[in-house]
Amino acid sequence: MEHTPLETWQTRAVDWFDRHSGRLFVLPASLLILAFSIFPLIISAWLALSRFKLGSEGYELIFVGWNNFRKLLFGSEQYHLLGTFMPTSWLGWLIVAAAIVLIGWGIRSFVTSGHVTVMGTIGRLIAFGLFAALAWLFAATIGDKGQIGSLSTTIFYVFLGVAIQFVIGAGLAFLCSLRIRGRSFFRVVFFVPLMVTPVGIAYTFRMMADMTVGPISPLWHWLGLGGFSWATNAWSARLVVVLGDSWQWIPFMFLVMLAAFESQPKDELEAAELDGASGFQIFVDITWPSVAPVAATIVLIRMIEAFKIVDLPNVLTNGGPGIASESLTLHAFMQWRALDLGASAAISYVLLFTSTIICVSFFNFVVNPARRARQ
Amino acid sequence: MSIFESKKLGEMAVGTKIVVYGVLGIWTFIVLFPLYWVLITSFKLPIAVSGGPFYLPFVDFLPSLHAWSYIFFDLGNDTFRPYFNSVVVAVFSTLLVMITGSLAAYALSRFTFRPRLLTILIFILAVALVIVLVAALGVNWLIAVTVGVALAVIGAGMFRRTPSPTLGNPDILFWMISQRIFPPVVAAIPIYVMFQQVRLLDTHVALILTYTAVNLPIVVWLMYDFFVSIPKDLEESAELDGASRIRIFFEIILPLSKPGLVATSLLVLIFSWNEYLLALFLSTANAQTMPLLVAAQNATRGPQWWYMSVLIIIMIVPVILLALVLQRFIAKGLLVGAVKG
Repeated sequence: MEHTPLETWQTRAVDWFDRHSGRLFVLPASLLILAFSIFPLIISAWLALSRFKLGSEGYELIFVGWNNFRKLLFGSEQYHLLGTFMPTSWLGWLIVAAAIVLIGWGIRSFVTSGHVTVMGTIGRLIAFGLFAALAWLFAATIGDKGQIGSLSTTIFYVFLGVAIQFVIGAGLAFLCSLRIRGRSFFRVVFFVPLMVTPVGIAYTFRMMADMTVGPISPLWHWLGLGGFSWATNAWSARLVVVLGDSWQWIPFMFLVMLAAFESQPKDELEAAELDGASGFQIFVDITWPSVAPVAATIVLIRMIEAFKIVDLPNVLTNGGPGIASESLTLHAFMQWRALDLGASAAISYVLLFTSTIICVSFFNFVVNPARRARQ
Repeated sequence: MSIFESKKLGEMAVGTKIVVYGVLGIWTFIVLFPLYWVLITSFKLPIAVSGGPFYLPFVDFLPSLHAWSYIFFDLGNDTFRPYFNSVVVAVFSTLLVMITGSLAAYALSRFTFRPRLLTILIFILAVALVIVLVAALGVNWLIAVTVGVALAVIGAGMFRRTPSPTLGNPDILFWMISQRIFPPVVAAIPIYVMFQQVRLLDTHVALILTYTAVNLPIVVWLMYDFFVSIPKDLEESAELDGASRIRIFFEIILPLSKPGLVATSLLVLIFSWNEYLLALFLSTANAQTMPLLVAAQNATRGPQWWYMSVLIIIMIVPVILLALVLQRFIAKGLLVGAVKG
């Protein structure tokens, strides 16, 4: 067969492309991640170690070592990130006791498991270390005159929020997986909040929670709480943020858990029913083990996203009262707006370390065992 | 026999039924009531909001179109421009992330990759060199990047035959998915500076590229699970017929993975449509998106609830319609990844 030079060149190019298609397919994605994630991460690390100064001709960056971190962890900005330390109250001691029991239980089950490895030990040292530090931080700042900082506030949002979302989402999914009519109607309606922009949710909840002209204000007055404003109390402000976040994300838990409940082994269920097992027994022995891996996975996914919470506290409470409802991301954003880029980067690194350690620990200690138990 | 005991096997008892439908009904109310409140607020005059609470139009208060006409006619372009920006950014970033993400996911599910640790190390050293050159020594970034790329290519070529440990596909997959753990605020300032350097700050391109990168892990993860579940026989026979990889991908694989593609696109589209933090960093006036406009209604005169409600409604209606149309795909597609783990 005759080929003109142009044709050979073309076939060669196509050939080359085909032979290297695997690499070429991965290339755009890898470049994007490098440019928008790895590269910025390195620059941020360097920013966190320097001071940003606006001068007459542009800006300059001065290397200051650990100064930004020192200021946040021990110095003048400590109240903002970690909180105001006060003598431990009874609630603080309760947290300390619970943490000691949990860590002790973790160590015991690790030692008696018979799989003591170097990596396992290091991982547990880091995880338990962070856990103990956070428990101590809560205990030391939660007292009457103390104030928890943005780190503890973020942890509060993540743990309370994800717990509420999982329990309600999975509960609704379980009810919908029973033999009921109108399942597709509930599925559509329950999905809706996921699509509302978080900024919109924040304003909607401000309207809903308005204690003078909001829709539930008559009930509020009837309860004799007319004079109380949730926005001026630190804990109620944080709670409203959690409620708004939960309203949005329960649908996500609901959808995935519904799929999980629907795909549980039908034959086992029928066999158990014929044997006369009670509903509760069926749930504990068949349903729960079959959905546990999915449950652990979506809790992890939600945790990863929950650590980044910013729109709700920013719009709902503007971080207030004072700094009470500021999350770490909002804190970093405020520092950026105040042109303190070093502190902003340092805060985001605190967030990065905390969320990575907690999410990786959760993956290793909860998600993986749940999957292995199923196999 | 109590009302909580069923008479027939597989049937719910009356009492259980009441409880189940009761709970589901209450939750339907919790989901819909805030949206109803937003809807009626958009038809309220300021006096009907501040004098409230009023629940029923025509009974409690007289509905008015003042907020709607203000948003659509008085503000006019100040509403339509952010709306248009949001549509452009969401649609194009979704397209881009679906293409790059599915390509990568497909390649990872079909080819074996063995990147050498040594090559990666050389690459990291080159990146570090570029950063030192630009940041510490003040070299022009174009020159620095050129030098870095050249050194990386030469270095990789020189050590090509040196034995080195290799990584595998699961490592690459994990690397890509784990990017989702990084909080965007860590990358926000460097991305801001980067776009400032190339003069793309406050443009669609900046937002589209950033959202593409942010959503990439989700697409790679969900689509990888989808591609793995597609049997390989079809491709193998097409390959024997001489079809190229890219043709196989577009003509065989993509049509087969429609539920996954639709569900993933919808999820990614919602994320881009609603994104707030990065838009706050990267756009000011020209590329301002809808979430920023909604947030900006908290004016000096206090929150303008009626305008806000209109904006919230015009933001959520298209997404809800889209989700309703695509409903049957979502259940099938989105859940493959999560359910399989």
